Amino acid sequence: MSRPIYTIAVTGLNAIDSPGPGVAVIRGLREAASFDVRIIGLAYESLEPGIYMHDLVDITYLIPYPTAGADALLERLLYINSHEKLDIIIPNFDAELYSFMKLEAKLRDSGIHMFLPTFQQFEERHKVNLSTFGKKYGIDVPEGIAVSDSSEIHKHADKLDFPMMIKGKWYDAYVAYNIEQARTYFNKIAAKWGLPVILQKFVHGTEYNVTGLGDGEGNVIAAVPMRKQFITDKGKAWAGISIDDKKLLELTTRFVSATKWRGGFELEMMKSGDGKYFLMEINPRIPAWVYLAVGVGQNIPEALALLALGQKPEPYKTFDVGKLFIRYSWDMIVDRSEFENFSVKGEL
Amino acid sequence: MEKKHYERPHIVRLDAGMPGKSGLRSELPPTTHIDGVAVAELIEKYGSPLFVLSEKTIRNTYQKAYKAFSTRYPKVQFAWSYKTNYLSAVCNIFHQEGSWAEVVSGFEYEKAIASGVDPKKIIFNGPAKTREELVLATENGSLIHIDHLDELYMLVEVAESTSQKPRVAIRVNMDTGIYPMWDRFGFNYENGQAWDALNKIMHSGKLELMGLHTHIGTFIMSANAYAVAASKLAELARSLQQKFNHQLKYIDLGGGFASKNTLKGSYLPGSDTNPTFNEYAEAISSALINSHFTPGELPLLILETGRALIDESGYILSTVIANKRMSGGRRATIIDAGVNLLFTSFWYQHQVTVAQGTSQYREDTSLYGPLCMNIDCIRESINLPLLNVNDHVVIHKTGAYNLTQWMQFIHLRPNVVLIDEKGEVHIVREKEKLTDVSGSELIPEHLVKINQNS
Amino acid sequence: MKINHNLAVSESGFLFNPGTGESFTVNPIGAEIIAMLRNGKSRTEIIDSITQLYQVDRNSFEKDLQDFNGILKTYNLLEKDE
Ligand SMILES: Cc1ncc(COP(=O)(O)O)c(C=O)c1O
Repeated sequence: MSRPIYTIAVTGLNAIDSPGPGVAVIRGLREAASFDVRIIGLAYESLEPGIYMHDLVDITYLIPYPTAGADALLERLLYINSHEKLDIIIPNFDAELYSFMKLEAKLRDSGIHMFLPTFQQFEERHKVNLSTFGKKYGIDVPEGIAVSDSSEIHKHADKLDFPMMIKGKWYDAYVAYNIEQARTYFNKIAAKWGLPVILQKFVHGTEYNVTGLGDGEGNVIAAVPMRKQFITDKGKAWAGISIDDKKLLELTTRFVSATKWRGGFELEMMKSGDGKYFLMEINPRIPAWVYLAVGVGQNIPEALALLALGQKPEPYKTFDVGKLFIRYSWDMIVDRSEFENFSVKGEL
Repeated sequence: MEKKHYERPHIVRLDAGMPGKSGLRSELPPTTHIDGVAVAELIEKYGSPLFVLSEKTIRNTYQKAYKAFSTRYPKVQFAWSYKTNYLSAVCNIFHQEGSWAEVVSGFEYEKAIASGVDPKKIIFNGPAKTREELVLATENGSLIHIDHLDELYMLVEVAESTSQKPRVAIRVNMDTGIYPMWDRFGFNYENGQAWDALNKIMHSGKLELMGLHTHIGTFIMSANAYAVAASKLAELARSLQQKFNHQLKYIDLGGGFASKNTLKGSYLPGSDTNPTFNEYAEAISSALINSHFTPGELPLLILETGRALIDESGYILSTVIANKRMSGGRRATIIDAGVNLLFTSFWYQHQVTVAQGTSQYREDTSLYGPLCMNIDCIRESINLPLLNVNDHVVIHKTGAYNLTQWMQFIHLRPNVVLIDEKGEVHIVREKEKLTDVSGSELIPEHLVKINQNS
Repeated sequence: MKINHNLAVSESGFLFNPGTGESFTVNPIGAEIIAMLRNGKSRTEIIDSITQLYQVDRNSFEKDLQDFNGILKTYNLLEKDE
């Protein structure tokens, strides 16, 4: 029996030192057991490496920044759809998810499927609301507060203490060791990602992450825990190992069944000295290290694509423990004309 | 041979990470017409800059808001917040649609009366009402919203001498999870001030307690804050019922709904992220319907929505005066509308489009107004087509607060026109003349002549 | 006013400076001016030619041309005047 061919558009082609998940997602899709793919890259900038990886990406289109609004994005996606007939879009950036969620119904009308969290899930798990989220679902989270004015840092400094985490609404996190640093980071983040900025209690411990997939009905379709082995100065895992930790998997199951999570996710956990897990952050999308999950037997991108098409993939129950991913960088040689073409025409 | 359309020569470096021009292909299309009327014609006829209001958009927006609430809650009443835009033409559109008036000063009160609003349908808010104003409002049977204890005591005194019993509500402030908390107006809920004031009113026997009022802030991006506010007011109403067997006629949740503008510093555009009327209505109605009120007891829900009802109906048309280059190489464009007309540019990132067709080339520009003040900046950074001198631009969503907070500073204020539903254009406020400004000045005898010897 | 001679300007208005590795986009009028500069046209010749072809008066164009030159200079695309 021949396998179906799906046309899947993927964002996050910025496989740079703080990588977007797109290239890893595409590798998962290309290795899918149940279908073949044509991959359409969606890029925001002309130097996203994925644009030039012609063995992975069939054609890439430039799309407008989320700041341009959902209508502008829709217009561009419909244009792309008119040329490529998309079956599925897998958005991979936090900052763009909101716009894609807004467009989910409209895109479905054009035959384009996605599998995204609901607005409620998206908002509840937001860094800004994490404290409330923890209380509601009985999951330990570090104390945190969202502030809109740097003068407020002072007010909360006693309770949260230094060092303190200063986090942007969408991206960026810094450790501040005193109030001056906290203010500097506040201003830096506010200028880039807007308000509010989140102040969070710093938890000492070891970082663990789980990537997984929820089917929107409370079932875990995939879940792989990983311990970061090496962390870059940007806080990204450059190497990690799959581990067998019942507690982490339990927490993941609790999270998925309590929230009826729909779509891919990454849980960032901190295990404190006394063995307690704190949920630091919930990323409402597939993480950049997802290829580890694929490598240990859980093809999350494939399962997500099937869910998007309304199918019911079998939940993955096992994975290989003790496998490492080790990231490396790779220099491509690209002709100037390719860069020029993409810059001027927005297509390559 | 016909000469070709001219566009300034333009070159821009592609910096790493900078989007190519197709990334900007989705830039907003030019706004050549408003409600079918050509922008160029409007400027030619009525001058530049020019304020334009769309009656169609005002009515549509009002009807959308009213429907959002009336389909979810049995008794809804909007009261037009005069301070948001008190041009008589605008107020009267809202009154024709069924709005009451919400005023915060003797001046606004007079204006509403002069427009023929039934005094019983005027809500008198604000922290600074005079005794004379309180007497007048009491005799007229208007709804007086008490802001502080001094006003409460004054009103009890006033009640001694008036023929009518003052019809009152108190303004309550509270924690709804919104920062900053507006706690300088009214009586606080959490610390018991509000309950204390209600007791004083009930015990005085001199005032007719009609309702409860709150205005939790402005541009509130969370619909849930209103659910919290509605629940807290419902709680107070329940206490009144239990202790005094007193039924309130209304709960007034004030204004504060976000318009579709984008706040400075926000990453996504407001038109995507700000709650819709339906979302606000859902939060408020659910909170009230799920409170202790039995269906028959549900109080009238009053809303004093301002900016969300009018922002989108307003445009400022403006003309390019000059293109400059700043010392660091940045492009700057000067237009003839500045912060003197567009007060809201201090906190909104107003959308600006051009009024004529353009090529696909864009440049990053700072957009400045015509004042010789550093603060006169409409947009610090905006991607615009290559504008020539005398080209027109359209500034969007300017309907709220600008026509009340604009200032006659350096320049006289321009015409304001309203495009009616048939596309007819009416001047609703004439452009100012020198005598409008200097006409009310008086010059002491010895200063009349500037040449002392003659 | 002399333009760097090894500049490659493509049809699509993409300009690459091989000396510095920088890339630029130019609009059609900009490209026309650069082409005239390459052909050694003088300032006056450029002004004559553009004002004949386009709806623009001499004063306005002179001002824009001066501004354009300023940017070319900032981007190091002009050869230093002797
Ligand atoms: C008491 C009161 N009601 C209503 C409004 C209108 O508010 P908005 O324009 O935010 O809807 C205001 C504005 O400050 C107000 O003070």
